[in-house]
Amino acid sequence: MGKFFAVVLVIITLVSAYFVVAHTWWMPVDISVHGPGVDHQLDETMLGSGILFVLSQLVLAAFVFMFGDSKGARKMKKFPGGATPLVIAAIVLVGIEILTLSFVGSKVWAAIYFTPPDPNSLTVDVQAEQFAFYFRYAGPDGKFGELHPDKIDDGSGNYFGLDPANDLAARDDIVVGSLTIPVNKPILLTLHAKDVGHSFFVRELRIQQDFVPGLVIPIHFTATQTGKFELVCTQLCGLGHYNMKAYVEVVSQDDFDKWLKTQSQ
Amino acid sequence: MDQASAQPVAHHHAPPQGFIRKYVFSLDHKVIGLQYYGLALVAVVTGMVLSWLMRIHLGWGAAAIPLLDKLSPNGAPGGVITPEYYLSLMTMHGTIMVFFVLTNAPFAGFGNYFLPIQIGAEDMAFPRFNMMSFWTTFAAFLVLIMAFFVTDGPPISGWTAYAPLTAVGKDSGPGEGMGQNLWAISIALFCIGQLLGSLNFIATTLDLRTKGMTLARMPLSTWAWFITACIGLLAFAVLFPACILLILDRIAGTSFFVPAGLVISDKLQPHSGGSPLLWQHLFWFFGHPEVYIAILPAIGIISHILPTFTRKPLLGGMRVVTGCMIAIGFLSYMVWGHHMFLSGMNPFSALLFSVPTLIITIPATIATLVWLGSIYGANIRFTTPALFCLGFISVFISGGISGFFLAQPSIDTYLHATYFVVAHFHFVMGVAAIFAIFAGTYFWGPKMWGRMMNETLGKWHFWLTFIGVYGVFMPMHYLGLAGNVRRYSAFTDDFLIPLIPVHKFITYSALITGAAQLIFLYNLIHSRFWGPKAADNPWEATSLEWDTTSPPPFDNFGGRHLTVYHGPYEYNVEGSRGDYVMQTSSEAAVEKT
Repeated sequence: MGKFFAVVLVIITLVSAYFVVAHTWWMPVDISVHGPGVDHQLDETMLGSGILFVLSQLVLAAFVFMFGDSKGARKMKKFPGGATPLVIAAIVLVGIEILTLSFVGSKVWAAIYFTPPDPNSLTVDVQAEQFAFYFRYAGPDGKFGELHPDKIDDGSGNYFGLDPANDLAARDDIVVGSLTIPVNKPILLTLHAKDVGHSFFVRELRIQQDFVPGLVIPIHFTATQTGKFELVCTQLCGLGHYNMKAYVEVVSQDDFDKWLKTQSQ
Repeated sequence: MDQASAQPVAHHHAPPQGFIRKYVFSLDHKVIGLQYYGLALVAVVTGMVLSWLMRIHLGWGAAAIPLLDKLSPNGAPGGVITPEYYLSLMTMHGTIMVFFVLTNAPFAGFGNYFLPIQIGAEDMAFPRFNMMSFWTTFAAFLVLIMAFFVTDGPPISGWTAYAPLTAVGKDSGPGEGMGQNLWAISIALFCIGQLLGSLNFIATTLDLRTKGMTLARMPLSTWAWFITACIGLLAFAVLFPACILLILDRIAGTSFFVPAGLVISDKLQPHSGGSPLLWQHLFWFFGHPEVYIAILPAIGIISHILPTFTRKPLLGGMRVVTGCMIAIGFLSYMVWGHHMFLSGMNPFSALLFSVPTLIITIPATIATLVWLGSIYGANIRFTTPALFCLGFISVFISGGISGFFLAQPSIDTYLHATYFVVAHFHFVMGVAAIFAIFAGTYFWGPKMWGRMMNETLGKWHFWLTFIGVYGVFMPMHYLGLAGNVRRYSAFTDDFLIPLIPVHKFITYSALITGAAQLIFLYNLIHSRFWGPKAADNPWEATSLEWDTTSPPPFDNFGGRHLTVYHGPYEYNVEGSRGDYVMQTSSEAAVEKT
């Protein structure tokens, strides 16, 4: 029975580890400036904890294999050295792993959240609602109009609650259903939620951030490759949650300028 | 600590007469323990069927499930699950499993039955509180189940019930009307039940220990229930007011969790001044300790059972594992923010919450190493409970490892809200705790029912379950790494469609693993009535529950007042006769702790 347990456990462990090592299912290519830090952190953690996973499962398998019931034929043995070395080893080894991960990881986190956005960033306002994202560019005047929740009316396309009749800055705001941004240009998004909580997740950008009703949450990044990527909602927001998505199109600066011009006409 | 145990407390109440007082509104902790266990059994079958329905829907979205349209004509017209009904199933699955299974069975169920016996008491300190605690929990379960039968169906907000989705009534979606009301009332009731129970566990442990039963001689399972009760007392005391505030927001028009200016279903909501993050803080201040309310009794149960089948004490004696459990319990209150790294709270606090989250892996690692070290050099008796202990260690490792990733905010920016998280908590909290429940059932079943369970069926159950859970939850890590978002009722995104075959594999695994549980149910019911009679101490174990008949008499020890001379795990102690020493044995063996 012990030998069977050991064989089953070894197979489970090796099969589980194989798919990780082979990257059969893995993160898509990163297209952000801060992304390599995230990926590196994940790889480091995978290495450390992967070794820990395989080792401890194999040790469990080996011990169960070796120490099955001998009906008194074998004398009991104590673990050499007792518990103290194990406790110390756990504190020291896991402690070092934790310190390293925290130290390096906090720098990666800081690169995303503690650095102020570049003053030359392109600012895009984002409104999340059940079950769509809308994006607002400031338009030729470079100014965003004020938001008035009581003026929100999806039927007439006023997703943000603008008041162009009384607010000059709002008149040229561009509101669209997908996010178009220039490559290699710092982007600052300001996230608003119209109704309930949502979240902004673009796998390739290594960015995920909740929208919280009542708060305006800034998030900034720079995309390094052109292409079309999916933006999905990751905070449960109601029955259409699974289908709440938009596209992020990263284009060259020229294409972006042209696109913006067409939009503002 | 001896003054309490010097005078054995007289039994609080006479043996009950009549069916109702004996089996329904019983004051006997054993009956109440079995009631909790039975409720957990009903709940786990319900929860598992819900997970089957979800899994079938995720693999084959258009599948018509027979009879489902009878249960919910709106949620599953023609048997095909709608997106909102998927979310209802998910919400109910999570709520039922976390509260009514993982809290009820290992803590309230086994704890009620065995804590008094393991310390040599005749009953709990407050038998009437105990009865009230069960029946409040039972009422909570009925209220929750009623949500299936209201017009709009059960809530769709997940077991975490994030506001404002949950706080504004039915404008935010189907199930958010009466269904969500019932959810909030049910959880508030559940909190009351748990508060009464926790209080009872703490008072009993501190006051009713028999002569010689010092704290250091308490079995690890009792230690775990005691520590868990301390955690529960603080955790449920926070969830209770949170639920009350949520109910007030919903029905009295207050705005604790709802800010101004929200437009939901084209209606400007008449709220202002509340904060959605307040709900998250209150919920997770309870929610994270809750994870340990599920897993600490499991750790205690496994640490209690393992020595019986390795025939040697745990490595390092009681102190190491007890210390680990206390450390985990203490740290469990400092980590709730790791559920909220991306919630919009100050990003600096993410780093502060990350550190204790990583530190909590240290006591967990120590406990694991102690189990491994205890297996070294043993003579393992491969009974079914022993196999579930070994399986527990494996799944606990698998689930714990992924915690290293999720504890780090920088990695959480990618893995948060993906199937990686689902894999993590199902392994470490769900499967591990369930394995401890199985180990406990096979181990203590003979004591509780006086009948042995069938070993052959038990082993089949173990192997199918052990391989099955890896088939279900290991691939979820890969899905998470590929960015598969959780809580989706269908995968319509371009990058998710190629992952559907993995989902189908998981569904097959889940159906097979679930079906294997029928073996357990059959074994449980069959052995309960027709199994061979159990001896008083069938496993040759040492603690007090094996020092009485199977099942124990009404007052647990038939009028005897036990005196304890030994620690709970004296297996193969040098200089003693036989390979184990009962705690009550007056044999003068070298006492080692």
